[in-house]
Amino acid sequence: MRVPSEVTFRIRRFDPGRASPPAWEAFTIAYAAGMTVLDGLRRIKETVSPTLAWRSSCRMGVCGSCGMFINGRPRLACNTQISELEDLPVTVAPLPNFAIIRDLVPDLRPMFDAHVALHPYIIRDDVAEMYEPTGEYFQSTEELEHFLQFTYCIKCGCCMAACPTYATDAAYSGPMPLAQAHRYNADSRDGGFRERKAVLAGERGPWKCHYAGECSQVCPKGVDPARAIQLMKRQLVFDYLRLYTQPCPSTVVPKATEIKRRADVPEAPAPTVARG
Amino acid sequence: MRDQRLWTWHVLAGLVILVFLGLHMAIMHLDALLGIFNPAGDHPIAWENVVARAKLGFFTFSYIVLLGAALFHGLYGLRNILFELNPGAGLRKGLNAALTAVGVVMFAFGAWAAWAASALARTL
Repeated sequence: MRVPSEVTFRIRRFDPGRASPPAWEAFTIAYAAGMTVLDGLRRIKETVSPTLAWRSSCRMGVCGSCGMFINGRPRLACNTQISELEDLPVTVAPLPNFAIIRDLVPDLRPMFDAHVALHPYIIRDDVAEMYEPTGEYFQSTEELEHFLQFTYCIKCGCCMAACPTYATDAAYSGPMPLAQAHRYNADSRDGGFRERKAVLAGERGPWKCHYAGECSQVCPKGVDPARAIQLMKRQLVFDYLRLYTQPCPSTVVPKATEIKRRADVPEAPAPTVARG
Repeated sequence: MRDQRLWTWHVLAGLVILVFLGLHMAIMHLDALLGIFNPAGDHPIAWENVVARAKLGFFTFSYIVLLGAALFHGLYGLRNILFELNPGAGLRKGLNAALTAVGVVMFAFGAWAAWAASALARTL
């Protein structure tokens, strides 16, 4: 592939202090091998336009801050190599389906409000044990695999920006909050299905999802929210038919350091470097 | 709770449609195999065969169940499409009422027609 000496960015700018609507602005900067879209934005801010605004933090696809609409697709700016884009120039806009605070900064509050409303945490009756644990909640590997994929969500909002239902229906919770609700419903340590059902069984639930699957296509972490939503629908249908009973949350077991070593777990190999 | 209930009935109606529409397709297009419902031979929609089926209570029952399931399934789908246009709360209530009324009236008319056809066939 021919390496360009410079690269042009078309960035959608918006200044809330002015009455003008968002407008495109082009910047051309020197290209360096391995440059990500986030690197390019930083270069523009440092050398051309110090007022350019966006969110970012970790620079390695973990924090979920830098979700943007890059070349027509929601992506993480830090995780997007310019050399891997299908075509140039690089076009960058704020995530669709959210109001714009400034430039590339979307207002993600509706997403987090919907997330909070679905109780995204372990809910149990033994409150005393939760706050002053005497042991651990046992969970087998098989039980973990029921929801492990959904724990990788970094709340970047890319799925929300890609969802055609969320684009039109303000009452729909959206893929991220729903997938996270299912993540806890499917957790064997949790007993909060009834609490979450108070929201999920109504119009904020998964019912409007018509399985476009775009959320899963764009998820930078491979979470597959569309799958979580379909599993949640099945769970709620079975619940209505009284065919679903949430199993009792897993019990408390002594901490691993206090129990005997299991016979089928091999000893660690001898150290290859002498201690001390 | 309401949306959970409606969705569950939507799924159940889909299953009913699958069974009874499957039966309809089989009778209409696999007549060589399912000739028992076409005692007059010839084509499945020949007058004699239609009358013969109309005399059977099972078919009257299946027409009415299929009608109810198809109406609910289709009108619920239409409701979802209309609600994606983000109508206000008042308009949502109006749409719910209108779609329910359309469903009830069409079901009543269709059920009456199926029953009347059955009754008429028995006199022939």
